Amino acid sequence: MPEAGLSAGATPLKLTAKDFKSDQEVRWCPGCGDYAILAAMQSFLPDLGIPRERIAFVSGIGCSSRFPYYLNTYGMHSIHGRAPAIATGLSVSRPDLSVWVVTGDGDALSIGGNHLIHALRRNVNLKILLFNNKIYGLTKGQYSPTSELGKITKSTPVGSTDSPFNPLSLALGAEASFVARTIDSDRKHLQSVLRQAAEHQGSAFVEIYQNCNIFNDGAFEVLKDPQTRDEYVIRLEHGQPITFGKDGEFCVTHPPGAFGLRVRPTAEVSPDEIVVHDETVAEPAYAFALSRLPESDLRHTPIGVFRDVARPVYDDLVRAQLDSAKEKVTRSADEELAALLGSGDTWTIL
Amino acid sequence: MTKQVRQLDRVVIRFAGDSGDGMQLTGDRFTSETAQLGNDISTLPNFPAEIRAPAGTLPGVSSFQVHFADYDILTPGDTPDILVAMNPAALKANLGDLRPGADIIVNTDEFTKRNLTKVGYDANPLEDGSLDGYVLHPVALTSMTVRALESFEISKKDAERAKNMFALGLLSWMYSRPSESTLRFLERKFAARPEVAAANIAAFKAGFNFGETTEDFVVRYEVSPAKMAPGEYRNVTGNTALAYGVVAAGVRSGLPVFLGAYPITPASDILHELSKHKKFGVTTVQAEDEIAAVGLALGASYGGALGVTSTSGPGVALKSETISLAVALELPLLIIDVQRAGPSTGMPTKTEQADLNLALFGRHGEAPVAVIAPRSPADCFDAALEAARIALTYRTPVILLSDGYIANGSEPWRLPDVSTLPDLRVEFASEPNGPDGRFLPYLRDPETLARPWAVPGTPGLEHRIGGLEKADKTGDISYDPANHDYMVRTRAARIEGIQVPDLEVDDPDGDARVLVLGWGSTYGPIGAACRALRQRGLPVAQAHLRYLNPMPRNLGEVLRRYDRVVIPEMNLGQLASVVRSKYLIDAIAYNQVRGLPFTAAELENMLEDVVKNA
Repeated sequence: MPEAGLSAGATPLKLTAKDFKSDQEVRWCPGCGDYAILAAMQSFLPDLGIPRERIAFVSGIGCSSRFPYYLNTYGMHSIHGRAPAIATGLSVSRPDLSVWVVTGDGDALSIGGNHLIHALRRNVNLKILLFNNKIYGLTKGQYSPTSELGKITKSTPVGSTDSPFNPLSLALGAEASFVARTIDSDRKHLQSVLRQAAEHQGSAFVEIYQNCNIFNDGAFEVLKDPQTRDEYVIRLEHGQPITFGKDGEFCVTHPPGAFGLRVRPTAEVSPDEIVVHDETVAEPAYAFALSRLPESDLRHTPIGVFRDVARPVYDDLVRAQLDSAKEKVTRSADEELAALLGSGDTWTIL
Repeated sequence: MTKQVRQLDRVVIRFAGDSGDGMQLTGDRFTSETAQLGNDISTLPNFPAEIRAPAGTLPGVSSFQVHFADYDILTPGDTPDILVAMNPAALKANLGDLRPGADIIVNTDEFTKRNLTKVGYDANPLEDGSLDGYVLHPVALTSMTVRALESFEISKKDAERAKNMFALGLLSWMYSRPSESTLRFLERKFAARPEVAAANIAAFKAGFNFGETTEDFVVRYEVSPAKMAPGEYRNVTGNTALAYGVVAAGVRSGLPVFLGAYPITPASDILHELSKHKKFGVTTVQAEDEIAAVGLALGASYGGALGVTSTSGPGVALKSETISLAVALELPLLIIDVQRAGPSTGMPTKTEQADLNLALFGRHGEAPVAVIAPRSPADCFDAALEAARIALTYRTPVILLSDGYIANGSEPWRLPDVSTLPDLRVEFASEPNGPDGRFLPYLRDPETLARPWAVPGTPGLEHRIGGLEKADKTGDISYDPANHDYMVRTRAARIEGIQVPDLEVDDPDGDARVLVLGWGSTYGPIGAACRALRQRGLPVAQAHLRYLNPMPRNLGEVLRRYDRVVIPEMNLGQLASVVRSKYLIDAIAYNQVRGLPFTAAELENMLEDVVKNA
């Protein structure tokens, strides 16, 4: 296990956002939502209290995957879709690191879908940030697996015939132990979700709605516009009844005998019918029902932490097996090796 | 009755039966008994891809061939001297391979009308005279086993299943093999079911005693121990030796080993074996797919482990993009390709050497990697260590090309003195290497051209790497034309500059005009063919490549020393093409892709023509 001088000369923990800025020029399009996420991340990382050298960002391919270049931590810009697999290898072999995956809707849900679901299923100790702009940006404007049906893009001139993934439903179906959604422009909310994700043991899956102002501008505008956002966004807060609207005039209920959750005018229901949000519900059906609330026009989009439950962490399970095997070792590594090579039936020639 | 004892110098036995008859186990046990006796050994298992093909059919036949001798041998033998056929299918599938006059032991209980019809025998070959050219020993193996086990409280099915032990007992008697290791093995294997253990032991002894008493077997054979170098030996398959080599690389480098693998024939045994060795700090992850498997290994290498992935050809194809990433990242990575007959699913349990082009060229962009190939089962251990040395020293992916023949075949292995194994320790970067305390991740070692291995967790060396082209030294993203040209050439020069030993030529009398050049698992049959020719007074030189990239520095000079160069391969001439284009030598390609190793005899015939016409 390379400990790489962790004790000696570790950087002091009183860091600022500046300490996390790399010397690389940021090259996203002016006005891209990624800038806001980067700035939020740079100013959030010092709060983690983890030395810079113990943080690693691994990304795939796409606009969002340039992210690691702009953070002064360890980082790898890998290949399309494979970041969760590469990060799993790093995380499992290096439990001392805080490992983050930065990915996009095409990277995570199209070419890399398999790695994403298996990382979540295993509950690897990764913080997975999916920047969802519902479009392929780096390849200049093709529809993505989260683009809506009928989306007109360069590759679908008369409209996409694909139905989209709901990333949170997918993550929940893959047994994710932490699932959240936030929005690029809401720095405070973004940082609070990142903080909770960082504290979670195991895989944390965070969908970040991110505006691509070149190829899909305004995709989430209704969630941001002061005129509409109160009626469109449902802010989830653990332990609080789920109400929204300018004056809390809407709420979420669980109609008896029905599957799923429903939005109702608050005035029409008795207070004890309103669902009190609980991130820790073991049964994933609740978070799944929350993930199904948004209408196709984004009305009733919950943001916040949907699910945060404790489940055995893959890294720990692997490590425990290694540790228990190593405990039985009584000889030097060379002696153990000699014993292994000479195991089974041997014979001697004089 | 008194039995005659005859001395032999070598014997080839083939055990053949239905895939459920336990032929692999029987062969393994016979091999182990033979090893105890100190004979040299070479084995060849041959089995269908189906776990249980329809019983009694030709596709369901599984066989195990063992060649043992009182001298050093190189192959599992071309033509069996004795066939043990557990049913008509096993007889039919293997008869054509036997030498004239070979002994055939058949299980007569299985030669029913129905079973004969199933494999297309119109008449019973045991009765129609078609086996007159052989020495036939009809033995009612099943019913004799069941009778021998009447007193045991086991099911009829369990009793019948012990017939392979009866057969093993008989063969152990016939070839004077020591039986203690088999008896111990059975006790261990059936420890949870003592009655079954006792029954199998009884079946083994019944077979042994049957040989002793029956009048059908009048001769008992002995094969004296081979003259082998002093030391402690064990029998080992290629896959086991390879897995041990990887464990040893971890021990000798002081690095944790991290294997990412997806199950695939014939490489899965490497995953199985390495998953047992956690106490050496070996982590194994059964990944969701081949791409993830190599990604996991690369992620672990990035973190300072020895990242390894084991697979076969289809898996290497899937891993190709990640291997190219590893080329760009310049991180150590060991890719084990246990080749099988392709393309596509091909014949998964059959051997081939047709992934050489894939290993050398199967990536996008200019992406050279080191490629090495073991020559025999035991050699897989040394090859794995050598592959790890190259990967760690030069920070590069290394592809190790084994194949199904040496992966499942076995031979005696003289155990190395662990303290003499190569020292593979590496130094991680620990402090900035550039001006102003800057860290330059692509500042190279002038000797090896390797870049520093700065693992996450090292303070002050935070840096970013990726698949985008990097500027020399700084590793920053660069689209500069001259820089790309420089980086492409430098990555190539790093691989080209890997230090490998010169190629040695085996030409005992130094008068050969024909050189046979091989690589990988053809070493045994080529070597045996060359020996046979020399014994007949026909000089021929043999050289065998372990290093396929880079090739030994002296290869061109060696090739030019001979009038003719012959390159036998289990593909359609992949090494031959490389040699022709690289050295402008008009090499003769001799190729076969039957899913089986070359026989020494066919190579001998082919080489005889070349030598006589050279």
